[in-house]
Amino acid sequence: MTTITVDEVHDLDVLVIGAGGAGIRAAIAAKSEGASTGLVCKSLFGKAHTVMAEGGIAASMGNVYPEDNWRVHFRDTMRGGKMLNNWRMAQLHAQEAPDRVRELEEWGALFDRTPDGRILQRDFGGHRYARLAHVGDRTGLELIRTLQNKATSLDVRVFMECTILRLLTDANRVVGALGYWRESGKFVVFRAKATVLATGGVGKAYKITSNSWEYTGDGHSLALWAGADLIDMEFLQFHPTGMVWPPSVRGLLVTEGVRGDGGVLKNSDGKRFMFDYVPEMFRAETADTEEEADRWYTDKVGARRTPDLLPRDEVARAINSEIKAGRGSPHGGVFLDIASRRDPEYIKRRLPSMYHQFKQLAGVDITTEPMEVGPTCHYMMGGVRVDPDTGASSLPGLFAAGEVAGGMHGSNRLGGNSLSDLVVFGRRAGLGAAAAAAAMSDMPSIDPAQVDSLAREALSVFDRSGGTNPYEVHRKLQECMQSLVGIVRTGDELEEAQGRLEEIQREASVASVEGHLQYNPGWHLAMDLRSMTTVARCIAMAALVRKESRGGHTRDDYPQPDPELGKVNMVVRYNDGELTVTPEPLPVMPDDLAELFKS
Amino acid sequence: MADVTMRVWRGTEDGGSFQEYQVHAEDGEVVLDLVHRLQATQANDLAVRWNCKAGKCGSCSAEINGMPKLMCMTRMNTLDVSQPITIAPMRTFPIIRDLVTDVSFNYEMAKQVPAFTPRAREADGTYRMDQKDVDRAQEFHKCIECFLCQNVCHVIRDHEENKGRYAGPRLFVRYAELEMHPLDTNDRRQLLRKRMGLGMCNITKCCTEVCPEEIHITDNAIIPLKERVVDASYDPLVWLGRKIARRIRPSGAPPAQAPGRAQTESAAG
Repeated sequence: MTTITVDEVHDLDVLVIGAGGAGIRAAIAAKSEGASTGLVCKSLFGKAHTVMAEGGIAASMGNVYPEDNWRVHFRDTMRGGKMLNNWRMAQLHAQEAPDRVRELEEWGALFDRTPDGRILQRDFGGHRYARLAHVGDRTGLELIRTLQNKATSLDVRVFMECTILRLLTDANRVVGALGYWRESGKFVVFRAKATVLATGGVGKAYKITSNSWEYTGDGHSLALWAGADLIDMEFLQFHPTGMVWPPSVRGLLVTEGVRGDGGVLKNSDGKRFMFDYVPEMFRAETADTEEEADRWYTDKVGARRTPDLLPRDEVARAINSEIKAGRGSPHGGVFLDIASRRDPEYIKRRLPSMYHQFKQLAGVDITTEPMEVGPTCHYMMGGVRVDPDTGASSLPGLFAAGEVAGGMHGSNRLGGNSLSDLVVFGRRAGLGAAAAAAAMSDMPSIDPAQVDSLAREALSVFDRSGGTNPYEVHRKLQECMQSLVGIVRTGDELEEAQGRLEEIQREASVASVEGHLQYNPGWHLAMDLRSMTTVARCIAMAALVRKESRGGHTRDDYPQPDPELGKVNMVVRYNDGELTVTPEPLPVMPDDLAELFKS
Repeated sequence: MADVTMRVWRGTEDGGSFQEYQVHAEDGEVVLDLVHRLQATQANDLAVRWNCKAGKCGSCSAEINGMPKLMCMTRMNTLDVSQPITIAPMRTFPIIRDLVTDVSFNYEMAKQVPAFTPRAREADGTYRMDQKDVDRAQEFHKCIECFLCQNVCHVIRDHEENKGRYAGPRLFVRYAELEMHPLDTNDRRQLLRKRMGLGMCNITKCCTEVCPEEIHITDNAIIPLKERVVDASYDPLVWLGRKIARRIRPSGAPPAQAPGRAQTESAAG
């Protein structure tokens, strides 16, 4: 057998995998430090999932409510995450988000304005004050384009439409990665002193999701396979409002901004049901009556917030319960009504993409009729365990930022905290990686045997005939995760899922692909299935071990939070082909911050 | 809905042809749903770009029955399914395979755009801008880079030779967004005239017609740019100002910094 050698090798100080908000921000930071920096992405540059973020970027700038400050934002974030967040990440995030927003403006982003010309901020779930800087309802596009233009002007090298198959390691250090060009199918090696993962989430393991095809858990799996720790994999956010009809767009996101701008949830009886679902933790801060809730939009001091804007986990569970109780909408969702509450001009100005999306894809005019919405798999809270200040993983040479990193959001993320997470920790990971690279004198060495065996394995799907169809395996995986590891879980179903997922993973490993190497989506999917099935198993295993309900993890058989489990992260590791889950204590919050939660 | 006949272009840079498939369709579906079903059941290796399937990323551009569109935003009930549905790749860009084209031209032209250069902050550390000034440039920020406008622009659609000297509508939108950005101080007007081929556009509005974001590319971006370029090139005071500046500077030395728009405007009047 001839050895597969890869002729194309790129030497870099810093390799960034993923070109969404976190990845581009990391590349900008590393490049600005003088590091030779390469940015690799599966899609064309500027198409990353970040473009789908709608509502805004959370930062306590206090432009609308001067009472706001980082401590309030920190407190909201921790409470939203049911106190499972890494306190230091939540602190850095709240402290630095305003500077990152101002920086985006300095790089050309045009946020909506207050009457006196400053950056306008809007209300969102779980945020005490109007805090989201935004551009209508297409903030993510503004963020990605701003960062894309900045990176282009800095001449960051971009390797587009290139998929990373594995991280390369040498003596327990990450030394780069093996990838392939989607266009040609040819292999490429990146040799790097430091590598940043910024690959986003895992939603494509589910049938109903707001996520794009790229969200196949690549970074989670790359880190795990190389030997890094993952935490909090049981915590997956189901966004309360995805489209439910037509089937073709089921799961597509409907921004929380609809509720932030006055929209309310109603059941088939026309009742605003969220008043029935206010948990004890948020009762003191939530309106009791519709009158108070409506007043709150203009009077944050004299009235308490509407329960329609409770954190996402609460709202998603409430919608799920209403549908199960038979009070759903015709297509199996609930109603989201802004038409009867705001005038058409206001709706079109504030929510132009939503107007467009419903009009074009569902034939619904949201200025005259209610939307039908239901929960959709949206965001992975869990991910690579990182050092908060530098983004360093537990493995030397490897960093992570954005959705692929764990800890920042605890068991549930607040809306608007994702875009701020991307730029705060993208920058930090880029700086961390650049510093690590600067501390290394020589380029690390790559083991040709490692490259050969990985490349050979990737091509094996072409040698096999009569194997499984990757599209069919993907469909099975999505069915399994949707029905057994979804929004409400039970021990029995999770047990069943373990077995099914092992079988699906085995089927994925014997897929066969026909045709050629050049832009072959069947092959691409077969490769993506390896990471998708791996993260699916991590989710199911961690979910089985966490015998409580908290944030994005709801167990029907353990409906309450367990204070003891509130002190641990579930850590997933991969050793000798086996996945393990171990509870490990959370970092302890210092007293001065703990003080904020005593009122 | 019954089965639909799809005629999909299959091939590489070396050539190809339309192949016919019968594909099942369901209520409420878009063209991309059928392409995905075709991929999953009959043509595993059919190459197609897509990402968000929500009209937000601009990846799935194609020519559907000859009309340049996003496959994810074209509902089947807007097409006559009693006839075959034809899907072809964008014609202006070189074929990679099937429906996937090489759009690197756009990225190369983007690299040549002189960077955004903001003016100084206010004394309180903020930038103050009126919503109405922001609105104007925000229209251009809606661009999802689907490149359909580039695809239909006749200056480059069948004229490969023009690609080196013509930025195209997408890039003109980008220049317009910078030109009309309330904070930007860079002046790109001479570049637009001399290197980016702004004058080659003869405002037939083909680009505007296909824009899925409904950006008024011709009226709001290209025509105002043309006017500004004319102002910059032929205003006698600007001409005089440049001439003097050239005299003061030692020959051959680049200007210390690009002339700010504020300076140019005050020189003009």
